[in-house]
Amino acid sequence: MSTVRLLVGTRKGGFVLTSDGKRRDWVVEGPFFAGWEIYHMKGSPVDPNRIWASQSSGWSGQVLQRSDDGGKTWTVAGNKFLYEGEAGTHQWYDGTPHPWEFKRVWHLEPSLSCADTVFAGVEDAAMFKTTDGGTTWNELPGLRKHGTGKDWQPGAGGMCLHSIVIDPTDEQRMFIAISAAGAFRTDDGGGSWKPINKGLYSKYIPNPTAEVGHCVHHIAMHSSKPKTLFMQKHWDVMRTDDAGENWSKVSGNLPTDFGFVIDVHAHEPETIFVVPIKSDSEHFPMEGQLRVFRSKTGGNEWEPLSRGLPQKDCYVNVLRDAMSVDRMDDCGIYFGTTGGQVYASPDGGENWQAIVRDLPAVLSVEAQTLP
Amino acid sequence: MVRLELPAHLCRLAGVGHEVTVAVNAAPVTIAAVLEVLERDYPALEGTIREHETKQRRAWLRFFVCEEDWSHVGMDAVLPEVIVNGKEPLLVIGAIAGG
Repeated sequence: MSTVRLLVGTRKGGFVLTSDGKRRDWVVEGPFFAGWEIYHMKGSPVDPNRIWASQSSGWSGQVLQRSDDGGKTWTVAGNKFLYEGEAGTHQWYDGTPHPWEFKRVWHLEPSLSCADTVFAGVEDAAMFKTTDGGTTWNELPGLRKHGTGKDWQPGAGGMCLHSIVIDPTDEQRMFIAISAAGAFRTDDGGGSWKPINKGLYSKYIPNPTAEVGHCVHHIAMHSSKPKTLFMQKHWDVMRTDDAGENWSKVSGNLPTDFGFVIDVHAHEPETIFVVPIKSDSEHFPMEGQLRVFRSKTGGNEWEPLSRGLPQKDCYVNVLRDAMSVDRMDDCGIYFGTTGGQVYASPDGGENWQAIVRDLPAVLSVEAQTLP
Repeated sequence: MVRLELPAHLCRLAGVGHEVTVAVNAAPVTIAAVLEVLERDYPALEGTIREHETKQRRAWLRFFVCEEDWSHVGMDAVLPEVIVNGKEPLLVIGAIAGG
């Protein structure tokens, strides 16, 4: 029987949670790298036992960890993330120029075809790549230097490149998202990039339909429809069906279209999940009720899923990389909260249970389905 | 041999105890020279005490020498003999995390 492994990054360490295919009983291992912030952990699709972890702290900056045995043991990888050439400036919160400064790795996206190749999305926003198993990292400078970089500015969480989606039919095509610059696409493996924000409307920027400046929170794709992407923006849930050339709003009947996470069912490319969050200042669920909303129509028509989730006095947040799905037949869905709970639904969102309740604040959740 | 006391999170990262010793053959012996050897012997610590490119001390860490704050003395200042001969440790201290 297949097993499921969850890689959970938290404010104070990483955790590995495993279960059999029933996904009712879980073994919790960790904390790994106790005391450090683990922004993201992700396994290689080529070799699932190769797992990467982004480890950082205010005291000692960025460390990269690699496991080759499914998280049992770890080796320190290279952590030298240097911007290519003159770093230059972007906009600060008040619109003044601010030098580009590396702070941390937010997201690690292993290649779909090579276990030694990984992409890293960092703050201040840039994309790095290793092709030697993490020993060295080199910036893909075409993103930062394509022309709009000087106009990017940070969101409240920092100017982070937090989402990387690789087209499974053409690995040269990748989509990334930056808070608060927007979404971008490369068709040549990261050499050149273009903003893909047409159709986004952000009422909090001087030109609401500007080419860049949109606070995209997360993007997701189903592997069978690589031209269709779903986006949770600061406000609005969006979709594109032409690889980002045009976006349309699919918030529909959501009680609020603010939120951070968005993900797609493993086997139903038009079934998507979000967790609405009350507002951009309060950052907790509506009326103290934690609910996942599911659309089986690719957006616009949403239904709340709450069976097993707290329906009173719940004021946690679900951060942008903290939802994931497994590939079991009935598609398990998982998300972690800033209150330290990790919730699992083994049946596509109908029923939920807390796997663990008292971890440090959860920053990221990634599911692996293992044979 | 120079003795270094490191903050707990760096001891765990490098897989060492509270104190490490490094053989610094350079002369004069400075904080920069000590860190050079430390990073060579424990590569996991590269970039965690001083920045990769600028070699500047990371802002949340400080250096103490014989009960004096050497954080701003400069990486190239010559360390006292009691540090060089290991009678006293060079302390790398992390900012207190409270609140």
